[in-house]
Amino acid sequence: MDIATLQAYGYFFLTGFLVVVLYAYIYHLYTRRKSNAGIDYEEYSNIALDDDISATPIEKNEKREVQ
Amino acid sequence: MEDRPLEYDYTIAKLFMYSTIVLGIVGMLVGVILAWEMAFPAVNTMLGEGLAEYTNFSRLRPLHTDAVIFGFTLSGIWATWYYVGQRVLKVSMAESPFLMFLGKLHFTLYMVGVVLIVGSLLMGITTSKEYAEFEWPIDIAIVIIWVIWGMGLFGLIGIRREKSLYISIWYYIATFLGIAMLYIFNNLAIPTYFASDGIGAWYHSVSMYSGTNDAIVQWWYGHNAVAFGFTVPIVAMIYYFLPKESGQAVYSYKLSILSFWGLMFVYIWAGGHHLLFSTVPDWMQTMGSVFSIVLILPSWGSAINMLLTMKGEWQQVAESPLIKFMILASTFYLFSTLEGPIQAIKSVNALAHFTDWIVGHVHDGVLGWVAFMIMAALFHMAPRVFKRKIYSKSLMNTQFWIQTLGVILYFTSMWIAGITQGMMWRAHDEFGNLAYSFIDTVTVLHPYYTIRAVGGTLYLVGMFIFAYNMFKTMTSSERVDESELQNATPMGA
Repeated sequence: MDIATLQAYGYFFLTGFLVVVLYAYIYHLYTRRKSNAGIDYEEYSNIALDDDISATPIEKNEKREVQ
Repeated sequence: MEDRPLEYDYTIAKLFMYSTIVLGIVGMLVGVILAWEMAFPAVNTMLGEGLAEYTNFSRLRPLHTDAVIFGFTLSGIWATWYYVGQRVLKVSMAESPFLMFLGKLHFTLYMVGVVLIVGSLLMGITTSKEYAEFEWPIDIAIVIIWVIWGMGLFGLIGIRREKSLYISIWYYIATFLGIAMLYIFNNLAIPTYFASDGIGAWYHSVSMYSGTNDAIVQWWYGHNAVAFGFTVPIVAMIYYFLPKESGQAVYSYKLSILSFWGLMFVYIWAGGHHLLFSTVPDWMQTMGSVFSIVLILPSWGSAINMLLTMKGEWQQVAESPLIKFMILASTFYLFSTLEGPIQAIKSVNALAHFTDWIVGHVHDGVLGWVAFMIMAALFHMAPRVFKRKIYSKSLMNTQFWIQTLGVILYFTSMWIAGITQGMMWRAHDEFGNLAYSFIDTVTVLHPYYTIRAVGGTLYLVGMFIFAYNMFKTMTSSERVDESELQNATPMGA
């Protein structure tokens, strides 16, 4: 096999791989909400709507001391 | 220590708001002068033959592009960062004296950078690389400014109360990382004075790359400056300001994340479309074209997400000039991210390359999308930062329609001029002789150049109205209470 054929195969399989990764990521986004520990990604939208400094965070940063 | 409730601190955001307005006027004023010079060459010597060196097209052109990119837009990005960053991370700049110091240092050094850039460009000191004209000492200063911003950005993220990073933060991080990488690699240069035992000026340099390689690196940079300067941070803004102003949650948060990664993976490969039919390897040109077409998907992912955010709330577009600015911005984003890929198709590019259609494309993107979104962001921020109503809603409406007309005149005239130009350049008789000489195209294009100058002037008039409205908002508008600032921005008559 010459280099051009190898490149073509490489290109084809890389494209296929990236498509799988993309759909797996979409699947992950949709299913995470159903699992026990999961969160509905749509809830993160509220970070912008509810952004007063005294508002309760959607997910609290545990590393930060409570003030 | 005094016991009072914690508040967001907008000191730095305010400073960058001022520079956004001032540098916006400077950049656009120079642009308008250039447009009139193109239509009426006598304008090149408007201050007399003696000063022609400083007023001619070639001297002013980089000043226009750099003032709009690195002055107006960057200031807008930073003004919004120092506002949005605190709010979605739920942490105040006032909580960290160090971050506050970094913010002030950031602004001060940026102002020094602006003076150096304006001065050196007016003196004609340039590397001659488009959008990367600054000589090496200024490049080093810019890298330092960028690193200081990065320390502030990651510092604020480090002390956040909200663990999850809102989508806008992802886009701001991408802006920081993207520009850092692009700017350093494209500006790698050798200072000739030091490399040659003292020949020439100490500030002069030559690019580290040469020939085709230089072109490849330059357009990898040039196109991604559009990506990480004119797209990514502006998307960051609209993902915060449109939901906040309208009170509507983002239509699909999942789509926003997906579009983000799509944009990151695809944009970086598209720069080759600036070098179609050049000495760049053919596969690289094809790759540039293909990735430009694929780029429609993540771009439209964000643009449509924004329009759908208004689902069921379209009356707000009629009622609020601020929402109008943002909806028109996302509509222009939609159209210019379709127009760009069309121009990147090889057969279309054969006609469009080097013509005014490209200039039209850049301007419907920057005037319609970037500038409209930045001004909308400033309008939203002003009452929250200065605790006063927007001075005049009717002035906002007037500005909106004057500038919209300006953009339309600009891009329609450039579409016609560009396609006419392309057709005339390639026209030939049956023996292959070119049908037109260059001056034939200039004569035909003159009316369109005049229309473009009128469109640009209208946009500049709108900028002055914007500046006046903001000035009155900052200084003498009616005061508002915190409780009135939840969603829709309060506006005076």
